[in-house]
Amino acid sequence: MPNAGIIGLTVDTLTCRRGEHEVFAGLSCGVRPGGVLYLRGPNGAGKSSLLRILAGFIAPAAGSVGWDGEDVAADPQAHRARLHYVGHLDTLKPVLTAAENLSTQAAMLQEKAYVDTALRRFGLANLRDLPARFLSAGQRRRLALARLAAVPRPLWLLDEPTVALDAASAERLEILIAEHRATGGMAVIATHTDMNLPGAQTLLLEARQRVVAP
Amino acid sequence: MSPFLAVVRRDLLIARRQGGGSMLAVAFFVVVAALFPFAVGADPATLRRVAPGVIWVSALLATLLSLDRLFQADFEDGSLDVLALSPQPLFFTVLAKVLAHWLVVGLPLVIASPLVGILLNLPIEAFPALVAATLIGTPALSLVGAIGAALTAGIRRGGVLVPLLVLPLYIPTLIFGVAATADPAHATEPLMLLGAVSLVSLVLAPLASAAALRLALE
Repeated sequence: MPNAGIIGLTVDTLTCRRGEHEVFAGLSCGVRPGGVLYLRGPNGAGKSSLLRILAGFIAPAAGSVGWDGEDVAADPQAHRARLHYVGHLDTLKPVLTAAENLSTQAAMLQEKAYVDTALRRFGLANLRDLPARFLSAGQRRRLALARLAAVPRPLWLLDEPTVALDAASAERLEILIAEHRATGGMAVIATHTDMNLPGAQTLLLEARQRVVAP
Repeated sequence: MSPFLAVVRRDLLIARRQGGGSMLAVAFFVVVAALFPFAVGADPATLRRVAPGVIWVSALLATLLSLDRLFQADFEDGSLDVLALSPQPLFFTVLAKVLAHWLVVGLPLVIASPLVGILLNLPIEAFPALVAATLIGTPALSLVGAIGAALTAGIRRGGVLVPLLVLPLYIPTLIFGVAATADPAHATEPLMLLGAVSLVSLVLAPLASAAALRLALE
């Protein structure tokens, strides 16, 4: 095992194939506890595919994803239980209220959850009893992100989390990520906009991938 | 609350808020069965003979009605990603969703089955066997149906495929269910076979559905 002894998330010569199309090949990178990795690159470069591989939803065509030096494929169940994935879809049921949406999601993820705190953190406390179908795009986004605060998990995989967020909400997210990092949490974020996250590394996905210093 | 109960509770809450799930299935069940006296004639002896078959075919169709949305709704709004990150194996998440589906659709059909029996002039001594058979058999309908629902979760307009995939797999349930209802004096054997079908479905259907859902996650 080449990554033995390394703490955190490691990606080792990863190849992703979607149908016949090779999205990227030989990709290596890593995130240490407290670290943030930005995924940047043009549309179709494989940012979302990489996030879904890291979440264990897609099996890589070659290479491996490691956690604390162990291949996550050895115990995919344990890997899925240690991460959050927030994608483009808002994961909300229109007939349930904001609080019900978050509490049902949290209950499926973990027995103990901090629903009220999470709603407050994203400024949704006064909307808690409003059915999700009445929420605006930005409010829906905030509610989807609120599960990051409701259920503590060490690895966050975020696919363009700031889309539809106003400046104040984006700042709330940045503060939450900063606190997450302070407790040793990690985040991999695909984004086109600049977020205020000091010390974040950037992985450029294009014809040739490379890790760029902050 | 365990993740399993959380999934059951969530699906029941959504069904209650959306409304109509149970009523729609029961109304469909009764209406389809009530068509047969018009089709085959109102002769009591004829109705009595076809009643078990009609009740079971109507119950199969009523179960199918809501099945296509079992996983598709979660796929479309991204909830499937959240379900897949639950600490419990996907097998149990599927099982929890099937249990909720049975409570919303299957159980009301069991309760409504005597009413349909009366409509079709089913002999009174067959009613206990009818209720026992629907109680034992409808879980298999929800379980096997979940396979079709999972296979078509990621396909646009995949719901129309569900009956084609699922109805052939319903044949064992149909045969033993009808056998138990048609001959109440000798219902024990078909009821046990019906129970066997449900138990095999209980193990295999969540396994197959979970595998199909993994493909939908890609």
